[in-house]
Amino acid sequence: MMAPALTVLAVLTVYPGIWVLWLSLGDHVPIFDVSRFIGLGHYVFLATDTLFLRALGTTAIFTIVSVTLELVLGVLMALALAGQRRGRRLAISLLLLGWAMPAVVTAKIFEWLYHPIGGLVNYVLGGAVINWLGDPYLALPAIILADVWRTTPFVAILAFARLLGIPPELYEAARVDGAGPVATFTRVTLPLLRQILTIAILFRTLDALRAFDIMFVLTGGGPASTTETLTVHAYRAMFQMLQFGFGSAIGVIVFGLVMAVAWIYLRLLQRDEATA
Amino acid sequence: MKRIALGLRDPLILVALALYGVPFFWQLLTSLKPEAELLRLPPLLPTRLTVVHYRAVFEQSALPRALLNSLGIGVMTTALALVLGLPAAYALARLPVAGRRVLLLGIVASTAFPQIATVSPLYLLVRALGLRDTWTALVLAHTSFTLPLTIWLLAGFIRDIPFALEESAAVDGAGTLATLRWVIGPLVAPGVASAALLAFLFSWNEFLFAYTFTASEASRTVPVALALFPGVFEIPWGDIAAASMLASVPTVLIVIGLQRYLIDGLVAGAVKD
Repeated sequence: MMAPALTVLAVLTVYPGIWVLWLSLGDHVPIFDVSRFIGLGHYVFLATDTLFLRALGTTAIFTIVSVTLELVLGVLMALALAGQRRGRRLAISLLLLGWAMPAVVTAKIFEWLYHPIGGLVNYVLGGAVINWLGDPYLALPAIILADVWRTTPFVAILAFARLLGIPPELYEAARVDGAGPVATFTRVTLPLLRQILTIAILFRTLDALRAFDIMFVLTGGGPASTTETLTVHAYRAMFQMLQFGFGSAIGVIVFGLVMAVAWIYLRLLQRDEATA
Repeated sequence: MKRIALGLRDPLILVALALYGVPFFWQLLTSLKPEAELLRLPPLLPTRLTVVHYRAVFEQSALPRALLNSLGIGVMTTALALVLGLPAAYALARLPVAGRRVLLLGIVASTAFPQIATVSPLYLLVRALGLRDTWTALVLAHTSFTLPLTIWLLAGFIRDIPFALEESAAVDGAGTLATLRWVIGPLVAPGVASAALLAFLFSWNEFLFAYTFTASEASRTVPVALALFPGVFEIPWGDIAAASMLASVPTVLIVIGLQRYLIDGLVAGAVKD
């Protein structure tokens, strides 16, 4: 019963996963039929390549800042939803919509919001003429904000689903023991949310490391490469400079980062279960 | 004092949520604004509403064809993921499969595969098979991430069904197929709906593969058509807004009509160990 699915998965994921390792060990320019084995050359070059190291830094900043904001805002949203009596379904619909829309649509929405003249953001700021996506200091924060808008609902919905499962007696007991709202949150709510939030952080971190659509469409990596993450850097190398081998090596590094993060989180979760 | 604070809380939260909705509704408003008022702020609200941008998108852009492509590719990807994924998920959940843990781990790991790493080999594969710019290429590429997701979700849903139900069906003389059809089928149907919705949404939203493996209107999907939306001298913001609203139609329908299944799938994907 598993054979068809496993065969398809082997062809569509395992095989490309191994092939990309091989590609990364050579010079490949498909349109000129160039294909030459060079060993670890690309990796040796990348270790000191300033453009690559900069993309690595941009990816790290994007991932850490956006996941942190999504986590904090997501928990706040979940608490708000749990305390809400009217309009909860409407609120959830709105949040799900933001999460489930194509990232390209989100990018187009924010491109228009950030427009220097017709954009709502500048209007709200009192008619400022700020070129958000064209400014080397503002472009990355602007992209992070768009990503936070898009993905905070994911954290919020997961945390909200967990909050619904907390028995009211626990809160009652905390109140009887004289715990204020802050103590109740840190001593009762947060520990119960811990596991689901660990999982949410894992999913969000993996997605942030792999994020491509939003920066590719909003800025294409610019201005002056300030928003060029590893994924955009790899894509440009492969499909704009036609350096398949070199681009694949960057792709493999993203692959390695994703697997390393997944492994660390799995270990943390297992340790959690062992102590719980 | 406390009662007043509580009374204010609900409206305050609703205001915060309305703020969250601003980007979406601003785009909706933009799609209905007359061309001449697009780059003029204030006023916030247009003097009149118009559908000229929607007409332009339908009559002059590649979006109608892209909607058809996305729908076809999404439906075929979902069907393929379910046809292959259901039996595999059942076997993983119920049957004594050698190395089940390793298999499950491998399937979870393949949902985490970054597309940027597999895009170059898949591109060469698509080219070698002569599939560039076809629906088939994208159905296969999208199956690479929807299939493991489907197996993962469905295996979790099936494990939640008590095995005793199947045993009593067997005692009553039902064969394997009859058990699947009459006992497991109805119980796993909501799970199948959740998995199908997520598979369709992820296929509909996917951009990197769709951008790389397509070359013309014949197979460009909605996100690609939107990213490449043409502007000759100036950017047609109204048309882009209309196109992005049309690109969100399936999402809006699913979120409003099938919300329960969407949330079930979302939560199950994260919570199943």
